[in-house]
Amino acid sequence: MVNEGPYNHQASDSAYRFTKAALDKGHEIFRVFFYHDGVYNGTRLGVPPQDDRNITQLWQELAAEHDLDLVVCVAAAQRRGILDADEAKRHGKDADNIAERFRISGLGQLIEAGIKADRLVVFGD
Amino acid sequence: MSEIKKFMYVNRKAPYGTIYALESLEVVLIGAAFDQDVSLAFLDDGVYQLTKDQDTSGIGMKNFSPTYAALGDYDVTKIYVEKESLEERGLSLDDLQHLTYEDEDDDWAEKDSIRLVSREELARIMDEQDVLLSF
Repeated sequence: MVNEGPYNHQASDSAYRFTKAALDKGHEIFRVFFYHDGVYNGTRLGVPPQDDRNITQLWQELAAEHDLDLVVCVAAAQRRGILDADEAKRHGKDADNIAERFRISGLGQLIEAGIKADRLVVFGD
Repeated sequence: MSEIKKFMYVNRKAPYGTIYALESLEVVLIGAAFDQDVSLAFLDDGVYQLTKDQDTSGIGMKNFSPTYAALGDYDVTKIYVEKESLEERGLSLDDLQHLTYEDEDDDWAEKDSIRLVSREELARIMDEQDVLLSF
């Protein structure tokens, strides 16, 4: 569970590194769930300076390599203007901004992960 | 999903100023549908979330504190409040909402949801959990 936005807070970097390390050690990652400002990790419109890391892209690459399930909470995302095409249409917005490899879904996905995974790790304050 | 796990939601932040408390409550309400063994813990500034007579009219935010009183209807009946956190802030149980639930195993008797626990006891209770969600 990632509870903070990228760049503003180290939570997302730590979660990324933890996920990568766990995968490298042969563990399975059931799901990464983005909540609170963590949903901003899933925008495809971020343009960080070229000499800095691109956190969204790091997640996307890791997801492509390991078929990771990156889930952005729909309620938290709506508040903060993170939308996929369906959500944009439903709410009459003129654009969507969810990054590829991320998907928007409900809080039930977080609870399900807590039930199914051996461990749930929270990254945030 | 027949397996039942012990889920604890740990609330450590003041109700307003940041959105953590409100969005934590949203997780609790959704999570209640999953029939798990759920408890809530309030410690540090999180104890302010349960204070009664909250008035947010001066800050333009919704007062969501009445929702805590509905938790009993969602079968969320174990609410741990850390004694030291209350005392450090000059608060006592009397400053908090009186949260209750109806115990279906005891002829629907009305019982207190809030359990005042020491820091040491809360640490032990946390140690027993399968899933800790901290906000």
